[in-house]
Amino acid sequence: MTHGAASALRQLTLRDRHIALGARIAPFAGWEMPLQYEGVLEEHHAVRERAGMFDVSHMGRVRLEGARAGELLRSVTTFDVRRLEVGEAHYSLYCTEDGGIADDVFVYRLGEARWLVVQNAANAEAGTARLRAAMPSVDDVTVATVMLAVQGPEAMAALERVFGTDGRLAAVAPRRCLETAWRGETALLARTGYTGEDGMECIVPAAAGGALWDALLAAGVRPAGLAARDTLRLEAALPLHGHEIDETTTPFEAGLGFAVTLEDGAPFTGRAALERLHAQEQARKLACIRLSDRGVPRAGMAVLDATGATVSTLTSGTFSPTLRAGIGMAYLPVALATAGTPVQVQVRDRATAAEVVRRPFYRRPRA
Amino acid sequence: MRVEGDEAVLGITDYAQDQLGDIVFVELPAVGRALAVGESFGVVESIKAVSDLYAPIAGEVVAVNEGLADAPELVNSDPYGDGWLIRVRLARPLDEGALLTAEAYRALRADGA
Repeated sequence: MTHGAASALRQLTLRDRHIALGARIAPFAGWEMPLQYEGVLEEHHAVRERAGMFDVSHMGRVRLEGARAGELLRSVTTFDVRRLEVGEAHYSLYCTEDGGIADDVFVYRLGEARWLVVQNAANAEAGTARLRAAMPSVDDVTVATVMLAVQGPEAMAALERVFGTDGRLAAVAPRRCLETAWRGETALLARTGYTGEDGMECIVPAAAGGALWDALLAAGVRPAGLAARDTLRLEAALPLHGHEIDETTTPFEAGLGFAVTLEDGAPFTGRAALERLHAQEQARKLACIRLSDRGVPRAGMAVLDATGATVSTLTSGTFSPTLRAGIGMAYLPVALATAGTPVQVQVRDRATAAEVVRRPFYRRPRA
Repeated sequence: MRVEGDEAVLGITDYAQDQLGDIVFVELPAVGRALAVGESFGVVESIKAVSDLYAPIAGEVVAVNEGLADAPELVNSDPYGDGWLIRVRLARPLDEGALLTAEAYRALRADGA
């Protein structure tokens, strides 16, 4: 990276706190981000076994308001967000006219006519421009707020120690959210996340971000960096834009059909292409691959069938700290994309034995 | 590297293991392989990065640390002890002046930092 590019990186509001905790900082999507604190394995296990928090304030956050906002939002995303109740959230996509995935987003209905959209940092500028082209009043609150994802089996208990144990937090169902007063500010608490664990994502005004971080630390939540966020999301088989999904992949082959509403008949960007794709048999499917032998699969490595013929390329790969095995994802021809199919991953000079497994790699035990 | 008679035990430095972070996989050469100075003889992998291992001396691999297959984290926790990588029979007597001691290496790192 050149010096000029480095100096152009955006800094998190809580940067000094991350550095004080010993974070290693790395550039990601135009931001200086904490990659890890104590160590990625420790942070990963803290989230799987107790509670960890991620500063994800780099993600694009935009608020929309107005009687027609739901209608206009529907016209640029794949999910019919108009059907959401107040306090409900849903995963959705920005598609191209060809049905490719320009970004994946979370849409929160905060009020009858109030909405929040959370976009990937790398695509936030384009996403916000897309929204602004459809509607006049788009308020980018990325810099004005701090977003902390608190995740893990003990996350809800820790959040209650911070926000109150009156039962209001526990009453928030998965993919629901609550606006609550906290230290004189409004905090948005959403039962969503990107790790496969229970927990909440908290959005507060930037001025209150440091106090929230400190309160969560005091409640026993461990700081966790982007490296652990990536191993956690991959174990949960959650797609990462730029890896599993991009403008050359479609929602159906990625297993994201649940984010596409066609039956309402309403127009939205990419609708015609998605209708056509939906009516076809998919040629390939995003599959979970687990190495049977030792090795660490990485994005870009070739996937071979049992005969040694190259059939695909890994979109992501890592060592799974929970399974203690190499895991990765790849688009496979549908005939190969069923659990139990033997495949191989070309790890440097070695075709390494692997198997297609059920998606996801990790599912949290039900309480 | 620790020299014992005509053999040397190779590992990575404490500084290197700290920079790499949690090591999750180590790939080592077969016993019997001849190594030249500067030759890559394996890799250590952390969650985020793959790093090649280079031989600082020439010789034949006489043993590899089999324990790292199940416990690669030993490279982090004990880089100069149980986290050793390979044992090499030196091709020629070592000119020790050409290599840095751990103390000299630390001093160099401290200067550079």
